[in-house]
Amino acid sequence: MSQPLPHLALEIGAVPAGAGLVADAEAAGFALVTIADSPLATGRIEAGVRAAHLARRTTRIGLAPNLHVTVTEPFHLATQVASLDHASLGRGAWVVGAESSPAAYATVGIPPLAGPDLRQEIADVIDVARRLWDSWEDDAVIRDRATGRFLDADKVHHVNFTGARFSVVGPLITPRPPQGQPVVLGADDLGVTGRLDVVLVAATTIDEVADRARRARADGAPLVFADVAVGAGGPADTWGGLPETPGGLSAGTPGDLRELVETLGPIVDGVRLRLADPVADLPRIAAVLGRAPVTGPTLRDTLGLPRPANQFATAA
Amino acid sequence: MSPQLHLGVFFTGVGPQLIWTDPAFATHTHIDAFVRTAQTLERGLFDAFFLGEGLRVRENRGRVHELDVAGRPDAITQLAALAAETSRIGLVATQNTTYNFPADLARRLAGLDAVSGGRAGWNIVTTDNAWTGENFRYGGWLPHERRYERANAFVETAKALWQGQPVDRHDDLIDVTAGPTVPARPVLFQAGDSAGGRDLAARHADVVFSANTDYDKAVAYAVDLRKRLAGHGRSADSLRILPGAAVVLGDTPAEAAEKARYIQREQVTGPRAIAFLEQYWGKDLSGYDPDGPLPDIEPAEGELDPSRGTISIEHRTGKAERIAGWRRLAAERGLSIRDLVIEVTPQHNTFVGTPAQIADEWSRYLADRAVDGFNILPQLVPGTVEDIVDKLVPELQSRGIYRTEYTGTTLREHLDLPA
Repeated sequence: MSQPLPHLALEIGAVPAGAGLVADAEAAGFALVTIADSPLATGRIEAGVRAAHLARRTTRIGLAPNLHVTVTEPFHLATQVASLDHASLGRGAWVVGAESSPAAYATVGIPPLAGPDLRQEIADVIDVARRLWDSWEDDAVIRDRATGRFLDADKVHHVNFTGARFSVVGPLITPRPPQGQPVVLGADDLGVTGRLDVVLVAATTIDEVADRARRARADGAPLVFADVAVGAGGPADTWGGLPETPGGLSAGTPGDLRELVETLGPIVDGVRLRLADPVADLPRIAAVLGRAPVTGPTLRDTLGLPRPANQFATAA
Repeated sequence: MSPQLHLGVFFTGVGPQLIWTDPAFATHTHIDAFVRTAQTLERGLFDAFFLGEGLRVRENRGRVHELDVAGRPDAITQLAALAAETSRIGLVATQNTTYNFPADLARRLAGLDAVSGGRAGWNIVTTDNAWTGENFRYGGWLPHERRYERANAFVETAKALWQGQPVDRHDDLIDVTAGPTVPARPVLFQAGDSAGGRDLAARHADVVFSANTDYDKAVAYAVDLRKRLAGHGRSADSLRILPGAAVVLGDTPAEAAEKARYIQREQVTGPRAIAFLEQYWGKDLSGYDPDGPLPDIEPAEGELDPSRGTISIEHRTGKAERIAGWRRLAAERGLSIRDLVIEVTPQHNTFVGTPAQIADEWSRYLADRAVDGFNILPQLVPGTVEDIVDKLVPELQSRGIYRTEYTGTTLREHLDLPA
């Protein structure tokens, strides 16, 4: 009796290819794409912009740009992700980034953070984003002709967030997104596992994946995905080459990949594939792992994550 | 070829000019409403679709303002989505230079330019509003008189990054070390009408989106701006002037006038008239009848809180004189609260008439070089833009002052700006 195959995710940040690749991944049953980015990646289109553009070229797949808490205004970040969720009708997500090199910080002129200070900053930005996404209740817009009120001010909330290094009054300029809160993904080594919806584990052995997945769940992670570098360790001519930054498990041949994913089935909820040349390799991956397209309609639906209750909702 | 008119639509997405009470008003935050509007404008061969910006939801006496349309998406995110749904129209994001990091914003605008194939624009605005700043890491950091200095430094930084040059600049206005973005050249729009705003436009802007719409003001503005351009060594035709304009069309002049009255009554509803006065009185006036006389109580001491986001800077002082003037006017003409508010918030910049009348009027503006076009502020979405595309555009085309097809693919080409 075989386990259901884990969800599939594909990392496309390093690939300049556009909508065609993501549409192919959608057709092959991938639940989402992640779009790695960095303020120092001078040759790349900013990930949030890419994701928004892809939102209207796809219909089912989740879109998860990598946005860095260290080099952005938290209010802008929350607005951008909420807007992506609106534009994609509920397929928006965010891969929490914490690029913290001095060079990254120098792009915005903020003194670098590290260690516990950095971890606190990551936690604060996630917390304020979640509060801002909830700052409009779902039924805040009432369009009541009789009283002339477009919205109900009791249902649009100041968030009055004070973190270690910044504060935000709110509310968001954008009404609550279709998913309530877009899906938040991040690596288990960020130190904020309990604040994430999907924890990404990059470990080099199955045992280590299992161990870290167990810890992530104990820390409150609803879902755990394992990173798999496809091509790493296998014959160089099997795939398009090695991924830019290996990391995670590796699979050398299509058969290896199938076997690895089946092994991971009982251990994690999904796998995120990192490929050196997704355009060339995706058809072969689809041949061994492909399945019917996800039916959504939202990414939360696809992943089985409930739509969160609003933390500001007034008791009826 | 005679000079050509350039048209944009400025979709603020929020504010009292949008008539949400009309049954035909679309669910304004739904992406479909934006897609439909942008595609309609593209069918009408418009140069550009603009989104506004406001980084704090408006409030009235400490509470979120309930009466106006509120809630809108991040402009660059929304326009990147719309880039996938359109192929020609320019996509312009209003973004301020105070509460953004230059390298971050330059990178996002470059991305929009890349995914849209050269259709991005940036409407550069400034703010020094500490109330808005409460949503940001560095709230209220910039003195009012330095906001355009910061804007100039910010724009210089962005331009360098787009042109492939790294920037390493550290002073009291800019602190950035960053590498270039993907190659980009967004069209730069500027809307500020102060001397600082005009000077920023003359230095950097490709298009000005001015408030000088009345004919005489438009002519004077164009003359002033061309003089400033020359001062910066730029040619007179290196800048397009597109003042904001509202348009009310009717099949007959009487029908247009009637529609304009309807729009004004819907824009100034009874509750809005009361809320308007409350901002000046600083007191709860909800007990007053909007169809009755002005409040007989005296306003609260002190000037207005300049930070609530609904009152223009020039109206933030002198409220006692202003209220005294309103009382005189209401007494003389027997105006109710609502009548008075309609009277003192006239429909600026509104063209009312048949399509042929408005096309004739715009021909004159264009022939006299008072404007290069208009940036239209719709009251009803998508109704206003559909009327303009279906009724006004053919009249403009028949006068030979508006394109009959797109000849270029980039926003810069549509605007006929120097390469």
